Amino acid sequence: MGVSIGKDPGARPVPWLRPPGRVPWALALPAALAAAFALLPLVYLCVRALEQGPGHAWDIVTTERAAQLLGHSIALAAVVVTACLVLGISLAWLTTRTNLPWARGWAVLVTLPLAVPSYVAAFAWLSAVPELSGFTGSALSLTLVSFPYVHLPVAAALRRTDPAQEETARSLGLGTLRTFWRVTLPQLRPAAAGGAVLVALYVLSDFGAVSLMRYDTFTRGIYTSYRASFDRTPAAALSVVLVLLTVALVAAEARTRGRAGYARTGTGTARPADPTSLGKWRAPALGWCAAVSAAAVAFPLATLGYWLAVGNSATWDPARLTETATSTLGVAAAGAALTTVLALPIGVIAARHRGRTAHLLEQAAYAGHALPGITIALSLVFFAVRYAHPLYQELPLLVGAYAVLFLPVAVAATRAAVLQAPPVLEDVARSLGRGPWRVLREITVPLAAPGVAAGAALTFVVCMKELPATLLLRPTGMDTLATRLWTETGTASYAAAAPYAAALILLAAIPSYLLGRHRT
Amino acid sequence: MRRSSVRRLAVPVIALGLLAPALAACSDEPADLVIYSGRNEDLVEPLLEKLEKELDANVEVRYGDSAELAAQILEEGDKTEAGLFFSQDAGALGALSKEGALTALPQPTLDKVEEAYRGGEGDWVGVSGRVRVLAYNPGKVPTPPDSVHQLTEPEWKGKIGFAPNNASFQAFVTGMRVLEGDDAAREWLKGFKANSPKTYESNTDILEAVDSGEVSAGLINHYYWYEKAAEEGEDKLTAKLHFLPGGDPGGLVNVAGVGLLKGADTKQADYAQQAADYLLGEEAQTYFAEETKEYPLAAGVAPADGLPALDSLEAPRINLGELDSLKETLAMLQEAGLV
Repeated sequence: MGVSIGKDPGARPVPWLRPPGRVPWALALPAALAAAFALLPLVYLCVRALEQGPGHAWDIVTTERAAQLLGHSIALAAVVVTACLVLGISLAWLTTRTNLPWARGWAVLVTLPLAVPSYVAAFAWLSAVPELSGFTGSALSLTLVSFPYVHLPVAAALRRTDPAQEETARSLGLGTLRTFWRVTLPQLRPAAAGGAVLVALYVLSDFGAVSLMRYDTFTRGIYTSYRASFDRTPAAALSVVLVLLTVALVAAEARTRGRAGYARTGTGTARPADPTSLGKWRAPALGWCAAVSAAAVAFPLATLGYWLAVGNSATWDPARLTETATSTLGVAAAGAALTTVLALPIGVIAARHRGRTAHLLEQAAYAGHALPGITIALSLVFFAVRYAHPLYQELPLLVGAYAVLFLPVAVAATRAAVLQAPPVLEDVARSLGRGPWRVLREITVPLAAPGVAAGAALTFVVCMKELPATLLLRPTGMDTLATRLWTETGTASYAAAAPYAAALILLAAIPSYLLGRHRT
Repeated sequence: MRRSSVRRLAVPVIALGLLAPALAACSDEPADLVIYSGRNEDLVEPLLEKLEKELDANVEVRYGDSAELAAQILEEGDKTEAGLFFSQDAGALGALSKEGALTALPQPTLDKVEEAYRGGEGDWVGVSGRVRVLAYNPGKVPTPPDSVHQLTEPEWKGKIGFAPNNASFQAFVTGMRVLEGDDAAREWLKGFKANSPKTYESNTDILEAVDSGEVSAGLINHYYWYEKAAEEGEDKLTAKLHFLPGGDPGGLVNVAGVGLLKGADTKQADYAQQAADYLLGEEAQTYFAEETKEYPLAAGVAPADGLPALDSLEAPRINLGELDSLKETLAMLQEAGLV
């Protein structure tokens, strides 16, 4: 069985990277369609930003205030990403590679924060510790809701990487820590970097947490621009800056991936690694897991309980709650399905091909991901009323918006899953005369299926929590749990909001729970 | 998860997910009137249901944030779905009027409310009034000040809460600019900023902070106090309200209002017109007085018990149609470092 260690990029020829530029049409065509769809908001932004001439747009983005907001956003993203890497990697390692007690339970528990919308987390922290408002509170609440983006792919990678490499390293005399540093960590690089990019883009696009925490970021500036000046040009010009930042981030991440292979041959030999004994670190490790779970899961839930206890606006309307929950599940499932289907060809190409085409396709999928929901929503309003009027304010358009918003989430999951499936098998199938479609269907997708399914579950969760685009694009009269939550908190009826928030968190917890349990 | 089970599940799940919206899209019946409401669903849904009965038409309501809905309407242009825009504040209506998205209202409709509470172009009309007030904590402030100008004095340092991103606060600053001139407004903002006021995201947050004593006083709209009193019980509220006398800019009366959209087809336009008249009629005006604790503006309806009469307020005399220079206000707020 062939083994490759991704430690020394470029030092020796890597046998299974295809030469650039040979993306089969069967993959390239659907990928290009998906990418074009994801790029729609950018076309809209250019139309709006340049409406009053490029000079005007330039003046908007070069003000001192724009620079200040950009600085705030970048600082916040840097801190949250760092914190998420520490949390995500440490928890993933503890729950998959050590003899930590109740490891599987912790693995599930630390995935659940995915179900908590950032505005609920921020509200919970703010009402408990008002002094947190500002940078600290924003960084804290965003870290606690987004570290699973790193934890999940890293944990999956840890389970899938062949422990033989680490055993070999240790048998050659490396200690636990150095083995982790020199053998394990490099293997985790694609998973961790992919997660980190998602976290960074999530932070850049977040409005809920930063607005509650009163920290001025770029996205908040864009919202203020819509809300206070009713002028779409500055908002569009500022949004273009976010897109450029995204492209730079994704390019940087692509560089960190290096040229190493991360797969092992064969799929099913998921031999568990011999757990590292924690020894005297057992108690601190348990404390760490408990503290993170308490802050990220127990605390927001307790706050909801408190909302229910105070106030008498709690008009229980189980029929409405059920109806709202059902439509939320339906629309989120549709969003996850479409996003996954669109992400599949891009994810496969990103994992299997290098060169300009592959690179551009992946860039395109990510380009709009840091944009605030309102910008994406307005761009789809723009296109739908002009070119697809029958779809306007109908479910398909909302589902399409979810796909544009969350395509990178599914692309990242697909790419990571395909990267870990050995390409040798595909080459063998091709050499035996199978066409690219059959290889995709019979070899690549089945091998990557668990990871792709995990990506779909993750997309499902983020679709459920989405608010700004849902507000603008939903069919008139339709409610999701997130929009109901928005309505109730709008009149400060926190007690009435609590059931919707609780239902949202509990329903989103189911796929999160499956993700946490997910063994591949 | 076993690979085979994933595969078996994946196909039907994806197929269902992709088909469901297509199926759902087929089961629509067309609406006679679509209202875009920037007003909160919890506040106005019962009223709009009465309106639907009164009009004997199929009325659909789309709820959202006033400014975001205004942006959506501008993006929709002449293909807008909506016949009527029900805005939370005059600013969003003014913006639509400026972009030419609204159609003129007939004079009899306009004449139902005082001239001060309608758009300068006669293309939108206020339906309910909200008053800017000072919420204060009596434990910290035994006698509240009578003017926002006192809030720039040193004794208020760090003790005031405000919501710079809130449309109502920005309308107040615009009102001050109209009443006292740009220089006076700039001077006030400078002094206010120097007093390190505490920033909040919404009126609700400010009221909560005043109530808990986190700040001594805050600038809010009057009805937030009444909503909180209804939610938690009046006796549990520490905060009190002070209506600023003497035409002080801090006592601005703003409105929620409606405008008819130019892009609507003629059938919708007719229903939209009827809806506007209904909202200015006795039933709707009584609803605003009793349910949302706002000031009724038409049909001779009196405000709710406990609220001082609108004409006893000594509110500043200002034409709300002049409150459309939000962009300049925002620039001024940015210059002062408040947003």
